[in-house]
Amino acid sequence: MKISYYPGCTLKTKAKNLEASALACLDLLGVEYEELPRWNCCGAVYSLSDDDLIHLIAPVRDLIRVQEQGFDTVLTLCSMCYNTLARANDLMKNDEVKRGTINDFMDEEPDYKGEVKVVHFLDFIRDEIGWDKLKNSLKNPLEGMKLAPYYGCTLLRPENVSIDKSNSPVVFEECMEALGAEIVKFPGAVECCGSYQVLGNPEAALKVSHNIISDAVAHGAEAMVLTCPLCDYNLGHRQEEMLKKYDDAGALPIFYFTQLMAVALGADPKLCYLELNQNISREYLKGKNLLEEVSA
Amino acid sequence: MTDVKVEIKAKMIPIYIMGKKYEVPETLTIMKAIEYAGYKYIRGCGCRGGVCGACSTVYRKPGSYKIMSGLACQTVVEPEMHLTQIPFYPALRSSYILEELTGKPEEVFELYPELFRCVACNACTKVCPMDVEVMDYIAALKRGDIKAAAEISFDCIQCGLCASRCMGELPQYHIAQLARRLNGRYLTPEAEHLKTMVANIESGRYQESINGLKAMDIDMLKETYQSREMEPATAGEDWTPKENIGL
Amino acid sequence: MPIKISKADSDERLRQKVKEISGENFQRCYQCGTCSGSCPMTEQMTVLPRRVMALLQLGQKEALEELNTPWVCASCHLCMVRCPRGIDITRVMESLRQLKLRQNEDQINPSEIGREDIEKLPQIAMVSGFRKLTS
Repeated sequence: MKISYYPGCTLKTKAKNLEASALACLDLLGVEYEELPRWNCCGAVYSLSDDDLIHLIAPVRDLIRVQEQGFDTVLTLCSMCYNTLARANDLMKNDEVKRGTINDFMDEEPDYKGEVKVVHFLDFIRDEIGWDKLKNSLKNPLEGMKLAPYYGCTLLRPENVSIDKSNSPVVFEECMEALGAEIVKFPGAVECCGSYQVLGNPEAALKVSHNIISDAVAHGAEAMVLTCPLCDYNLGHRQEEMLKKYDDAGALPIFYFTQLMAVALGADPKLCYLELNQNISREYLKGKNLLEEVSA
Repeated sequence: MTDVKVEIKAKMIPIYIMGKKYEVPETLTIMKAIEYAGYKYIRGCGCRGGVCGACSTVYRKPGSYKIMSGLACQTVVEPEMHLTQIPFYPALRSSYILEELTGKPEEVFELYPELFRCVACNACTKVCPMDVEVMDYIAALKRGDIKAAAEISFDCIQCGLCASRCMGELPQYHIAQLARRLNGRYLTPEAEHLKTMVANIESGRYQESINGLKAMDIDMLKETYQSREMEPATAGEDWTPKENIGL
Repeated sequence: MPIKISKADSDERLRQKVKEISGENFQRCYQCGTCSGSCPMTEQMTVLPRRVMALLQLGQKEALEELNTPWVCASCHLCMVRCPRGIDITRVMESLRQLKLRQNEDQINPSEIGREDIEKLPQIAMVSGFRKLTS
């Protein structure tokens, strides 16, 4: 099975650890992929105004590129990119009037009707690979790891693009269980980390992120797994700020789930780019004998 | 006294310069046509050779909504062209000292945060008179690929038309220039033989020869020059001079 | 805080504009408060989502202009998936943002983001932040 792969801007710089580990997993699982040529930034957020079409141009252009590339499915890793591309795709499929206007506007591109399918890594593994194949490919099961999967907003909302049941998703938990880990379910798993308010209202974003981390810790999580560079920033890199500001703050190792998947499947640990994670994440892996060097 | 009769052979066509109609010979470039119409250039005109970016022009033709663009010195007039030159479009360049940078993408993000306002509308690429893929190099920069941006923006002549059409209010060509400078200085490999040669010069290796030349009279100088060793016209790639000058 | 309710006070043009930009019929809201209960960002809000909907229904332009709710909203969509009336409250918030942004009133200045922050922030933070908070 061959698919198109859409990275998104951040995966080439700050979130190299998400990309490299995910692609290593695809290689080990025998999935053929090709990075989308000439892709542009999808815009990160979906346009929520009825009369605003210009902010749909960027994601639609990427979907046209997938068609030009000759594929019918495009794989995403960043949840924000997934959400934006999937919703834009839905609009092009269902809204005849707006589809017409957008196709007319992009007169230098071929017309697009929503023919491509947008998937996220999690639902791709569930639907196209299957948990059994994942279980059978394990070299280092994540035994003894108590992981809290964090969905965030964009994988589950709105319902038309949700990768699972919006209210009671299980796909992330099933994935980590297939890797051999013990799951910690906590209500904050579907709450917002603050997202772009890290720019507009950094205090508010810090508070909600702190609530999520505290919630996970209170439920017994040893580490958290997620799939969005902005969530990773708010929940992970800002932990230092949380520890300074809140007395009841907890430190929680954070990973992109693909990093742990790569380790579990026996990939070269260098491809996990663990130097981009926090110190405590590397320490945690070392403590579980899954990492030799804690080199920063 | 004889009457001098001037016969204009070229066909005259109507064009509209800043909204006013003029009849001009169809063989002229926009720039020549503007001068033919009686305008005198003190701005908006430069090399007249298609590389300086001073004479960027936008125009439209009846029956089409399309905005067309070109360089006035290179584009030949067409009938019913409605044109204006945009000699300058405000686009501010961020202040930086190249020596203090290191070639990291974050440096571009810091100097031009408006980079992230790009909505990929492609208006910039459509208006570029040099066919530079402006949207593509901005996309490359957003994902941190300075090298690609430098390569894609190579033909840019800094005319400013991209900035004039930009929805996100980016100064694209300034950002591209930063990318090219960072690429040239920090990302492309240094020419080792250049470093060696500069070190040789600074070590005084050639001082004696230079002093010798300075001391010669004009005839001796001419003789020395005429009898110098020259690379033969038919020399292969592996030809070297008899005297190793230090490379 | 009592507000005077009269047809004369209701800004019909504002209600129309929000309806157009959001595409949502906020008249359907029956003030159950699920949105306010779900919203993670309420601590910093001067007026909670439920009340914003009420003010909107009553066309209270002044009160709507003074509140900070749309600027603290993180577009997490929790309110929207839980609203029993199926109103996309996220789009309503967006239209309140657009009313200000389309008058060229930015909420943040990209040039004022600190140097160390840009060093560390993922690009999607800037892209999404600028789209939501600048015009």
